[in-house]
Amino acid sequence: MIFACSIILIVLFIIAEMFQDSVEAREVFGWKFIFSSDWDPVKEKFGALPFIFGTVVSSLLALLISLPISIGVAVFLNELVNKALRTPLSFLIEILAAIPSIIYGFWGIFVLAPFMRNTVQPLLQSTLGFLPFFKGTPYGTGLLTASIILAIMITPIITAITRDVLKAIPTAQREAAYALGATKWEAIKMALLNARSGILGASVLGLGRAIGETMAVTMVIGNRAEISASLFEPAYTMASVIANEFAEASGNLHVSSLIEVGLILFAVTFIINSFARLLIYSFTRKTEGK
Amino acid sequence: MRYISILLLSLVFFSCGGKRNVALNRSGGQLNGAGATFPFPIYSKWFDEYYKIDKNAKINYQSIGSGGGIRQITEGTVDFGASDSPMNAGEVKKAEEKNNSRILQIPTVLGAVVLTYNLPGINKNINLASETIADIYMGKIKKWNDDRIKKDNPDVNFPDKEIVVCYRTDGSGTTYIYTDFLSKVSPEWKQNHGTAKDVRFPVGQGGKGNEGVTGLVKQLDYSIGYIELIYALQNKLNYANVKNKEGEFITPSLESVSKAADNIVDEMTASLTLSVTNAKGKGAYPISSYTYLLVLENQKDLIRGRILKSFVKWALTDGKKFANDLGYAALPQSVVEKALQRVELINFNGKPL
Repeated sequence: MIFACSIILIVLFIIAEMFQDSVEAREVFGWKFIFSSDWDPVKEKFGALPFIFGTVVSSLLALLISLPISIGVAVFLNELVNKALRTPLSFLIEILAAIPSIIYGFWGIFVLAPFMRNTVQPLLQSTLGFLPFFKGTPYGTGLLTASIILAIMITPIITAITRDVLKAIPTAQREAAYALGATKWEAIKMALLNARSGILGASVLGLGRAIGETMAVTMVIGNRAEISASLFEPAYTMASVIANEFAEASGNLHVSSLIEVGLILFAVTFIINSFARLLIYSFTRKTEGK
Repeated sequence: MRYISILLLSLVFFSCGGKRNVALNRSGGQLNGAGATFPFPIYSKWFDEYYKIDKNAKINYQSIGSGGGIRQITEGTVDFGASDSPMNAGEVKKAEEKNNSRILQIPTVLGAVVLTYNLPGINKNINLASETIADIYMGKIKKWNDDRIKKDNPDVNFPDKEIVVCYRTDGSGTTYIYTDFLSKVSPEWKQNHGTAKDVRFPVGQGGKGNEGVTGLVKQLDYSIGYIELIYALQNKLNYANVKNKEGEFITPSLESVSKAADNIVDEMTASLTLSVTNAKGKGAYPISSYTYLLVLENQKDLIRGRILKSFVKWALTDGKKFANDLGYAALPQSVVEKALQRVELINFNGKPL
């Protein structure tokens, strides 16, 4: 009870503190802060739109890449593979979660970025180059590379939870499906259908991690406060700009603006979380209603 | 429930308030400092060596960045701060009002920023004129085989490739020095982008820290980036010779950096803050800069004030010999003399220490 309350208190404290410290930026820029894409510390003009864009797009893209992989891995580990392989495999995946993000960042810049530049991006450009997402010079770093790094980082979380959810489905159900003449694939489909609210919850957790990730992203995203349709172009995220500029921010307005970015980051996380909650809620109600 | 929240509240307040009190009232030999990361290796060497001489001088330094150093000396939570860029007028005023004392900004060593590049097949140092550098960073010179680059390097065969511009994205003294240089050589840069630890670069992409920029430059063919001289020396990176005010192409080195400071020592006022980018005179490397210790003129504690003063004096004189080994350019003797005069001002209750 005490600990539960203390968490609420801490969250309230953080919000109140950020609200108070960002007062200057809010007074000067108002709502324009969220819709302006001008970020120039020298002229003291601040607008957070490019960072919001970068955070949301990179995280959603990461989830989009990671979700099928995670579900596939979880199903494989739970339903298909034999016991001898299962333990080492799941151990390896869990180890992915323990790697510090700075290591991911360095790996991203020294291994993934050249690979993206020399192989993946030219390939995408030659096949899907007519889409606006794949235009521009392939530098190797940029929004797409950051999303891929994030996808790798959130895969272990989503996989682990999806596995647990699948495990929780009673064996009797599976046996019943087989008894009715379902193929293995149909049985898995049924299990996944039953586990969907749990999988959704897992995605939310993964997304939360992706939104807050700082170090690895900052190493590969290119750190440029601009909005571009192309996924090859450099972008910037909210967490990265705070980490990069806060220590050396000199003007009061600059500090205050960075704190407001933090507040927005909080709000974005909150909105996405509640949206996911709502989704889970409507899902479960539908199944119960049947 | 109410009881618990009150308890928690008071706990939080106590822990905040407590720290500050400790920093102010603590007596004895231990000194606390905070600030720039760039001079951290030489400062910790100095603390170490000085402790061997004076066993009372335990000095603790947090390399949290120049901005943090200025903030902390302003708040009075440290005995000294450190910054790569001099404090601006507003910061000085705020700090002096809060502490009821003048702020002394003492130059300690010199650093420099170099341009590193990735040009496959070209192994020699290339020459870059300062206006050319500014135009590359403003996106006006787009290709390596631009006439203005070729003109300064008649024997290099430049490829017909786009220049990939890289910059430091985290606020840093390095960016301050570099943009200070660009502002001096290009009025257009000064007008549109200015001098600061964070600026909005019109082209290119950003890396975090020296290692981040170096990583980008190493990975991206035909790229150019700017980093600290020490970092480039330690990692054996190639860097460009930059044209100085006299029209010579100067290879960055500890000597050419010290030379820049020595050439314009006459311009140094009593406040000791002086930008040495684009310095006049022969042999001066144009992207050089002092790094400063920030000290209050009126010390708040007799013992710690005394230790601080004698430490700074020692660092400026005997401590000089450690600089070159660690990759820093030492202050020219002319500057040391001016700095020592300034250090003499440090006092406690009006009495010199």
